[in-house]
Amino acid sequence: MRAYDLIVIGGGLVGGAVAWGAARLGAAVALLDEGDIAFRAARGNFGLVWVQSKGAGMPPYAHWTRRSAELWPELAGSLAEATGVDVALRQNGGLAFCFSEAEYQAREDLIARMHNESGGSGARMIGRAELRAMVPGIGDGVVGAAFCPMDGHANPLKTLRSLQSGLEGFGGDYLPGRTVDAIDYDGGFTVRAGAERFLAKRVVIAAGLGSRRLAPMVGLSMPVSPLKGQIIVTERLAPLLDYATHVIRQTDEGSVMMGDSQEDVGFDIRTTTPIMRDIAARNLAALPALKDANIVRVWAALRVMTPDGCPIYEQSLTHPGAFSATCHSGVTLAGAHALALAPAVMAGELPPSLAAFNAGRFDVSQA
Amino acid sequence: MFRRLEDPRAEIEFDFEGREVTAREGESVAAALLAAGLRGFRATAVSGASRAPWCMMGVCFDCLMEIDGLASRQACMVTVTRGMRVRRQRGAKALDGAAAPFDDDEGEFA
Repeated sequence: MRAYDLIVIGGGLVGGAVAWGAARLGAAVALLDEGDIAFRAARGNFGLVWVQSKGAGMPPYAHWTRRSAELWPELAGSLAEATGVDVALRQNGGLAFCFSEAEYQAREDLIARMHNESGGSGARMIGRAELRAMVPGIGDGVVGAAFCPMDGHANPLKTLRSLQSGLEGFGGDYLPGRTVDAIDYDGGFTVRAGAERFLAKRVVIAAGLGSRRLAPMVGLSMPVSPLKGQIIVTERLAPLLDYATHVIRQTDEGSVMMGDSQEDVGFDIRTTTPIMRDIAARNLAALPALKDANIVRVWAALRVMTPDGCPIYEQSLTHPGAFSATCHSGVTLAGAHALALAPAVMAGELPPSLAAFNAGRFDVSQA
Repeated sequence: MFRRLEDPRAEIEFDFEGREVTAREGESVAAALLAAGLRGFRATAVSGASRAPWCMMGVCFDCLMEIDGLASRQACMVTVTRGMRVRRQRGAKALDGAAAPFDDDEGEFA
């Protein structure tokens, strides 16, 4: 039986960031990670730090996302200093390509709406000439783009690894192969995983798709469901794309990642040819030179989606000290999770700015 | 380093960076260049480390070369043809076809 200040259940990007952020403040932290039987969204991530379209209709989400993007350089710098891992953060702006006048108009409307709702992110529409100057190889079928200077990208696997090794560097325990069976409460928490017992005053449930099962153990609700995405990765290529985009990005080491498919097909992580064909076709339209790139990897992974696509953060009313944390943007929100959410959890209270992320918003009786 | 067994197959010539190299009919580009004594076949995209054929059966991707103007081809899986043009590949492939110059002497024949 081991006692901690905080137990985080879920060793992905959300749990890893919260655990690292708490350990950085001096807390004794255990990070319980189920293992490779879990769906592991953090290992299939595309790697965007993406601001421009997050939080339409939900200004607190837009503000939280921007805050995270602003905190990311501090996170990346701290991780590099503590673990020696360069997570390849690049925040020089991101592009959302528009493939028709209708798409361009819809995107322009979205940016205007978000500006009115939640203030400026610096996002603006750019026409073909300016886009061609930014992306010389852009295809003729792209009529323009939305550009947001706060957008960027990072290496999700290096981020995950450095959060875990950084946690251990602060004296925390990264504990893989632990499936949580039950959580007992008597003013403090006893987390049971197989024959093991872990004690703490505070628990954070950040177990991705596993959260739905765990949350009710401590009086929380996390009604998350899977949304499949497939990704194509090319061989390493000489630099051809300076900016992150919503569908394609080139990593610091030259690989080109293509994706952004969305399929509501349950717990299915098979790759499929029709979706791969769609992804390839759309990205060939954006960057025709890719026709000569060799594909070296494909995979599918499951996004962790709440009913409205916005995160859930909440402290349990019946089990004070238990918190929920989930979202589908583990990379984008890593800065906020590590440097804002973790301190709030350790202080024992979420700030008013996170009140809108209460899962009670999904309660139909509310209406 | 490598020596051919007695080989009755016909000799054919191909071009390696401006030099004429003799292969045997049916040989892969990798086998022919190993037999000719080439040591470094490419430099990796990230660290620039020198690489040579390893598996010789299309799995390891360490023998990538530019063959007839196409970069990132697996030299162990491409059969030599007469007059074929082969170059070492340094770093990542460029999609516009421009190949990075190879300015070290790692590719010298041993």
